[in-house]
Amino acid sequence: MAMVMTSSQRWRVWALHAVLIAFVVLSLLPLLMIVSISLRPGNFAGGSLIPKAISFEHWRLALGLPVVDAQGQVTPPPFPVLQWIFNSLKVALVSAAACLALSVTSAYAFARMRFRGRDGTLTAMLLLQMFPSVLALVAIYAIFDRLGDWVPWLGLNSHWSLALAYTGAVAQHIWLVKGYFESIPPDLEEAAAVDGASRWQSFVLVLLPLAKPVLAVVFVLAFLGAMIEYPVASVLLHDEQQLTLAVGSRLFLFNQRYLWGDFAATALLAGLPLTLMFLLMQRWLVAGLTAGGVKS
Amino acid sequence: MRALALGLHVLNLAAVAGLLFLCQQLLRAHDALAAMAVLGVAGLLVLLQFSKRLQAWRYVMPGVSAVLVFIVLPMAFTLGIAFTNYSSAHLLSFERATDALLQRTDSEGLGMDLSLLREGEGAAARYQARLRDDDGKDWLSARFTLPAPGAPATGTTVMLGALEDGQPLPGEPLPPRALVELLPQLRTLVLRTPDDRPWRLSSLHRITDQAQRYAPIDADRLRDLRDGSIVTADHAAGVWRDAAGQALEPGFRTTVGFANYARIFGDSSFFEPFVRVFVWTVSFASLNTLLTFALGLFFAVALSWPALNGRGAYRVALFLPYAVPAFISIPVFRGLFNENLGEINLVLDLLFGVRPGWFSDATLARAMVLTVNTWLGYPYMMILAMGLLKAIPEDLYEASALAGAGPVTNLLRITLPLIARPMAPLLVASFAANFNNLTLIALLTEGAPDYLDTQVPVGATDLLASYTYRIAFNDGGQNYALACAISSIVFVIVALLAYVNLRCFGGAKATRR
Repeated sequence: MAMVMTSSQRWRVWALHAVLIAFVVLSLLPLLMIVSISLRPGNFAGGSLIPKAISFEHWRLALGLPVVDAQGQVTPPPFPVLQWIFNSLKVALVSAAACLALSVTSAYAFARMRFRGRDGTLTAMLLLQMFPSVLALVAIYAIFDRLGDWVPWLGLNSHWSLALAYTGAVAQHIWLVKGYFESIPPDLEEAAAVDGASRWQSFVLVLLPLAKPVLAVVFVLAFLGAMIEYPVASVLLHDEQQLTLAVGSRLFLFNQRYLWGDFAATALLAGLPLTLMFLLMQRWLVAGLTAGGVKS
Repeated sequence: MRALALGLHVLNLAAVAGLLFLCQQLLRAHDALAAMAVLGVAGLLVLLQFSKRLQAWRYVMPGVSAVLVFIVLPMAFTLGIAFTNYSSAHLLSFERATDALLQRTDSEGLGMDLSLLREGEGAAARYQARLRDDDGKDWLSARFTLPAPGAPATGTTVMLGALEDGQPLPGEPLPPRALVELLPQLRTLVLRTPDDRPWRLSSLHRITDQAQRYAPIDADRLRDLRDGSIVTADHAAGVWRDAAGQALEPGFRTTVGFANYARIFGDSSFFEPFVRVFVWTVSFASLNTLLTFALGLFFAVALSWPALNGRGAYRVALFLPYAVPAFISIPVFRGLFNENLGEINLVLDLLFGVRPGWFSDATLARAMVLTVNTWLGYPYMMILAMGLLKAIPEDLYEASALAGAGPVTNLLRITLPLIARPMAPLLVASFAANFNNLTLIALLTEGAPDYLDTQVPVGATDLLASYTYRIAFNDGGQNYALACAISSIVFVIVALLAYVNLRCFGGAKATRR
């Protein structure tokens, strides 16, 4: 709109700036407060946004180091936060790898092959995504409870079970990868086929190297999805040492034991890297029109 | 390359082998139907590996089977459990519950002190138990052997005889350490006095009279050995009942037909809170979708105005709430809204002298839940709307500017009608996602404040999903079957929404919030 600004328009720009700044402040205030709370001594609220005295006690506790106060009293870390982060990473990496491995071949078939039942299967997977695992929590619990009778490492309280349960998210990833495969012209694969490559060879040697970006995206999306998942993890895991971060961070805020400062430090420690990843993945997170996001 | 393909074939064969093993296990557990199903799947895998015609399905299989196993199977399981009485009071299968009754023992509270004597070493060792009962009378058992450590327990029965005065004792009493080593074998030992009373080990140095309580008659009947009465299995209710009709612990799983649904819809003490939760769930999901959409659209329109400077910075700042993981931002709000210690009440108290009960007043709690979820959700709508706005031709706005139209007219006459159609399926999907937003409620309020006038524990902010979660995993009872029945009702609602999306919006590709 290459137009000269009228005075009414200039006024509107300023008004909009004011509204937007107000909203940005409102949106960011809770996050800024967490930074301040994590540096404030003690676990009780109160005090200004910029803390008067800076104390790293909550950060030490979050990193698993005991804190000694002026009276020589030792406070041990309340929860094994680093262990939780490690558990989350383990589950998320395993399930992301599984999701990736399971989705690429299916996506290839849907993108490049014509066969009976193709469209029906695709639509079915699209619709099934709308049924969140929250609705089947009891069944997931019961299945792994019974599976554990036969295969102990696939029972309740096992990270393998959790990672396996997360691979159900594969439906949405198949759509994403399929869309990307379709955007790659099939000429190269056809040329390879003329040179005598089998289907499998042209898929692995020609198409997959071209699709590296989307493979990375699916891996990161599946990873993030598993890192932030709460309901299934809260049902399958119960030992304090076994919890993932998403389940464990809930234990900080009870009225009887209100560890506000410790929670803030933990939230920052774990939340910052995840938030940065989400920001970087922004475009793909909400690639709503091509595939559908991961957050639920 | 070759190795990869070969590896996949081996993996497939391994899967087939695993399924065959599972099939055998299921057969041993007398679950023929499931075993057949597993066998069928294994056959399908073999067929896929060798059939040329099914080549495409060879590629599709990994992803589709993951969806089948982790989405469809749990859904089917949920429907199945909804017709049973699976709950913490009916946790075991019929066989396991019966076993539990058969292992039950009865005691008259008698006991004897035990010391164990050993002759010989290793496998040739022979034992004798020396006992003194509470009346001071001494007993000596016949000589017996014990199975080697680690070998399966055989449950030896040994007769006891009264010890004559002055009778010499064979061997020395074993020290406690040796007793501890023998403990697994000793646990299965049954000692019998001449009056046919059985005694079993109750601690390291003591045995007590522990008679079997029930004896099997046939599959559905047990005899109560205490008074000879008959205990029958009530398969309709999933419990064993004694002669007086009293239910015995533990109950067992059984099919109860539509009883759970009858309870939801027929029992007014249950139906009434269910309706309350349902109404709140629908209003929460629709209000939230509307609020996030309105806010998101406003920001999208504002940020696509070229006259505005610093749009990139605004965009990142406004997107941030969505980038913070929900398991962190929701507890942050839980803390900020805390009634006594939270920052929000601190500020309100300073400014206006009020301390609203965000978690104890139903209306305030609902307002808080809505606010928090709008904060969490508007960036998604903003990004979506931004993408759609880009597709609207610029000249439409130029024409309207020439005609002298203001921004409100532009919004109502151009923007909204043009993005309504692509946005509709996304809004329906967002509605469905909010409908089942268990994470929000579980981490923010846990349903608080609870209604005081209901018999079942349920709160003013409980959504159907969190209500189900509470029934299954939180507040006593742990009624899995009832929870599944409610879940299956939600399935129907979600299925309707999915159907609407598919039919009315031509199966638009995005179906998630």
